[in-house]
Amino acid sequence: MNVTVNGQPRELAAGATVASVVELLDVAPDARGVAVAVDGEVVARSRWAEAEVHDGALIEVVAAIGGG
Amino acid sequence: MASADPFVIAGRELNSRLILGTGGFTSHELLARACEESEAELCTVALRRLDPAARGSILDVLTTAGVEVLPNTAGCYTARDAVMTAHLARDAFETDWIKLEVIGDDRTLLPDAVELVTAAEELVDDGFTVLPYTTDDPVLARRLEDAGCAAVMPLGSPIGSGMGIRNPYNISIIIERAGVPVIVDAGVGTASDAALAMELGCDAVLCASAISRAHDPVAMARAIRLGVQAGRLALGAGRIARRHYAQASTPEQGMPDLEAQLGARPTSR
Repeated sequence: MNVTVNGQPRELAAGATVASVVELLDVAPDARGVAVAVDGEVVARSRWAEAEVHDGALIEVVAAIGGG
Repeated sequence: MASADPFVIAGRELNSRLILGTGGFTSHELLARACEESEAELCTVALRRLDPAARGSILDVLTTAGVEVLPNTAGCYTARDAVMTAHLARDAFETDWIKLEVIGDDRTLLPDAVELVTAAEELVDDGFTVLPYTTDDPVLARRLEDAGCAAVMPLGSPIGSGMGIRNPYNISIIIERAGVPVIVDAGVGTASDAALAMELGCDAVLCASAISRAHDPVAMARAIRLGVQAGRLALGAGRIARRHYAQASTPEQGMPDLEAQLGARPTSR
């Protein structure tokens, strides 16, 4: 299936979860300061492993940066 | 250095009245040194798309420095966007505290008052401790307090402008009427600006660019920390009243009559 991760098209295997998307970006599942939204809803870290993504999903993976 | 003059936001006691913004530092190493010199206990951070090429985490730097993280919603232009960002921040940083920014214009970066109040109300309902970046409008500050915000953070002047406190009278009115802490956020350019904010009676100062973009950020972190402390001390000390004419500090009584002596002396030439 095809999804969009941080504005980039990505192909994922059927049944892929938010955890597998995060892994795709080389982020450890316990990395601090990372959060995920799928189609306008925050997916809590505690649900990454079980939350399946669907074809066409718009996924944003954000992380901490310096900011005022 | 712990002081005997703490202030409290939402039940949390803070000893440092300088909150450090972490934007604009050229390296994590510089941030770590400036952070230490600032003696800040609270540092803002932002959220952006994860960059797999980024090296090191700013969170590790801040954790090592022993400071708490205050996430912001910088870059959001609508209440919806800001509320969503706050929820992402809550999940990313495991804190209910949010520095709420809703920007209305990309050249001035001034807050959008309408969207700001909408976002504040929603976030308070969602259980956040909301610290809104606002204009120096006393009415808007009151609306934000009425919405349940834990502090108000009026700008001194636009973000990153270094123009100091352009309307100290408005800041004074906000302070007089606020029932929550008042933190000047944005506009501080150097130590004297921070001192003025504190002399006006602000509870704290939030400072990012003035430190991070200074020629020597570590020295400026120290200068602004001392400026905050000096201003706070001066406020407590009670400044003299301003007056249009001079008031001699040396007593006028007891002046010897030298004119009389000089007049009686024979001229030497």
